[in-house]
Amino acid sequence: MADFETPELKEYPVIPHLQEGVMAHSRPFVAKEEFQEQLGFPGELVDNWEQVALDKMKELTGKYRGFQVFLDSCVKCGACTDKCHYYLGTSDPKNMPVARQDLLRKVYRRNFTFAGKYFPKLVGAVDLTKEVLDDWYSYFHQCSQCRRCSVFCPYGIDTAEISMAAREIMDCVGVGQKYCNEIIGKVYKIGNNLGLPQPALLDTLEGLEEEVEEDTAVKVRFPLDEKGADILVVTPSADFFAEPHVDGLIGYAKVFHEAGISWTLSSHASEAANFGMFIGSYENMRKVSLRIREAALDLGVKRIVMGECGHAWRVAYSFLNTLAGPFDFLDPKYPVPQHILEFTHDLIQRDALTLDKSANDDMVLTYHDSCNVARASRMGSRPGGQFTIPRDVIRASCNHFFDMPQDTIHEATYCCGGGGGLLTDDLMELRVKGALPRMEALKQVVEEHGVTHMNRHGYFSRRHGKERSDVSPLRRG
Amino acid sequence: MPFLTIVFALLFYVATALLVGGLAYKIRQYAKTPAPLKIPTTPAPVTRSGVVLRMFRELAFFESLFKSNKWIWLFGYLFHFGMLLVLARHLRYFTDPVWTWVELIQPFGLYAAFAMAAGLAGLWARRFVVDRVRYISALSDHLMLALLMAIALTGLAMDYLSHTDIVALKAFFLGLMYFNWQPIPEDPVLLLHLALVATLMIIFPISKLLHAPGVFFSPTRNQVDNPREQRHLAPWAARLENK
Repeated sequence: MADFETPELKEYPVIPHLQEGVMAHSRPFVAKEEFQEQLGFPGELVDNWEQVALDKMKELTGKYRGFQVFLDSCVKCGACTDKCHYYLGTSDPKNMPVARQDLLRKVYRRNFTFAGKYFPKLVGAVDLTKEVLDDWYSYFHQCSQCRRCSVFCPYGIDTAEISMAAREIMDCVGVGQKYCNEIIGKVYKIGNNLGLPQPALLDTLEGLEEEVEEDTAVKVRFPLDEKGADILVVTPSADFFAEPHVDGLIGYAKVFHEAGISWTLSSHASEAANFGMFIGSYENMRKVSLRIREAALDLGVKRIVMGECGHAWRVAYSFLNTLAGPFDFLDPKYPVPQHILEFTHDLIQRDALTLDKSANDDMVLTYHDSCNVARASRMGSRPGGQFTIPRDVIRASCNHFFDMPQDTIHEATYCCGGGGGLLTDDLMELRVKGALPRMEALKQVVEEHGVTHMNRHGYFSRRHGKERSDVSPLRRG
Repeated sequence: MPFLTIVFALLFYVATALLVGGLAYKIRQYAKTPAPLKIPTTPAPVTRSGVVLRMFRELAFFESLFKSNKWIWLFGYLFHFGMLLVLARHLRYFTDPVWTWVELIQPFGLYAAFAMAAGLAGLWARRFVVDRVRYISALSDHLMLALLMAIALTGLAMDYLSHTDIVALKAFFLGLMYFNWQPIPEDPVLLLHLALVATLMIIFPISKLLHAPGVFFSPTRNQVDNPREQRHLAPWAARLENK
């Protein structure tokens, strides 16, 4: 564990004063040559990297309207300055969304706008230097692409789009992030982020079958690569073994069992997360998405259901149809894809599940809206279904539920601190500090309502769990 | 023809051409650039008419800003809608006969100038008082507020301190519009006011004032939330499928 102080949880949220440069040292490991090249990026910083970076920036402004409009439109009003959990948790001004964007915008202005070309000092435009690139690497890896800032921006400027573009530019000059790029390579080679090959998956799933039978005396199946099943389930690979993620997978299996609907996992598409989005690479995001299409075709399923994972659901809900569609070979009665909670909610509505709420009477629950579920996707047919459906499911399965304060849930939800390609130990300080606003909100319901568990889709650092022994944030329903 | 009339006539022709041409260029650029993925900030409307309503709330009420920060909202709203009324009031210099609704708003337009100045003062104060906003402010951000404030104050000065010959002024602008130049009143406050306005028009398309057209093209606000129902394939992305 790196040497840093875990921020103290305060009674009331406080907007900190600026402390310049306090997070400049926070940078994830740089990807080695082999991890870069398997994604088609140069292995190390290319010689004419300044020009390559500017060419890429120009290309991206021509390919993404959002990127172009966001670079031009910011008026520096300050509305976003106190909205990022990383700013609130670290006090580093470059973690204010506008300041993070400006790291890139000032280079855009210098090279592609009249004012920046002829009056750089006036508008704060600068040349792309090694120092600027270093700042990019630090601070564009301190954005979890959670989109909280975009809710509050009067022009809807989304820092996530800027940080994705910045990461793509960095990949193209040869400075990629090890964590993301290594993992994408594993998906291409093996089928999931963790690199679990088919035999290992089979073994794990058999173990789970035995475990559930021991617990419940019911033989619940965990099928893998079964042709002709009705539903292909794609879930984050952490669900296959990590605690408490595996509880989620066990829950899915029980739901399918109870509903009497045949389903299967796929070893080819054994990963819901799509790290192509984190590095802003349309091509890689598409390639990862196509594996789901291939698996669905190969197994001959009728529907696709996604397991819980916030950023994964964004790619699945918002992008899968565009990237890997059309899915006209699936049953047109169901949306493609469906979230496991949409599926479960529907069963509950139809009374197709028997739920014993009292079995959960030892728990007092709250719910963490995952950033990308809340602000980048939907569940159900109505806007805001992503807020009501999970809560409906929780309320149907337990008697004690309390929401955290209004300004920390729904579209204003805080990030867990570990999304968007930051869920790596080399960024532990950032993750712990970034979770501060969420932890303060959690502390409030713990104290007021005796909350014992938080349902979530996010990835909290274990450090929070240890320090707050009365709360187990690492548990999902 | 007096020298200053020629200077200001040419200045306004150039400023108008740059404003219109520059904005047309940027709007064309925004419109032509594809938005390859659905990225509305959700919850988002699921129909086109819902999006129109969302954009209307954004423009008419500054909805997102209201959620964000009540001070910026208050100052920003005072400034923008004050300016809107003031601009509408100025239409009397460009129309003959003056449209009825422009006549009706004349008395309100005067108060609006104070609202505009007050809003600008508030926004400017934040650039000094709030450490976060101070940090993100460049020199150009201050100069932009200075320019707008100077326009508002010179305008107010002509109402309260040194009246100008508005009949002659109207003849000058109508003359510009119909290419039948008339002499401009050579009143220093007026000339300063007009020079500042022309400056604003010229820098509009090359500055952050692009937020005005930009807000209409912001994909996080103007997209329909229907990615599961419809594919949203950009031309360059579609080419990947044929590889």
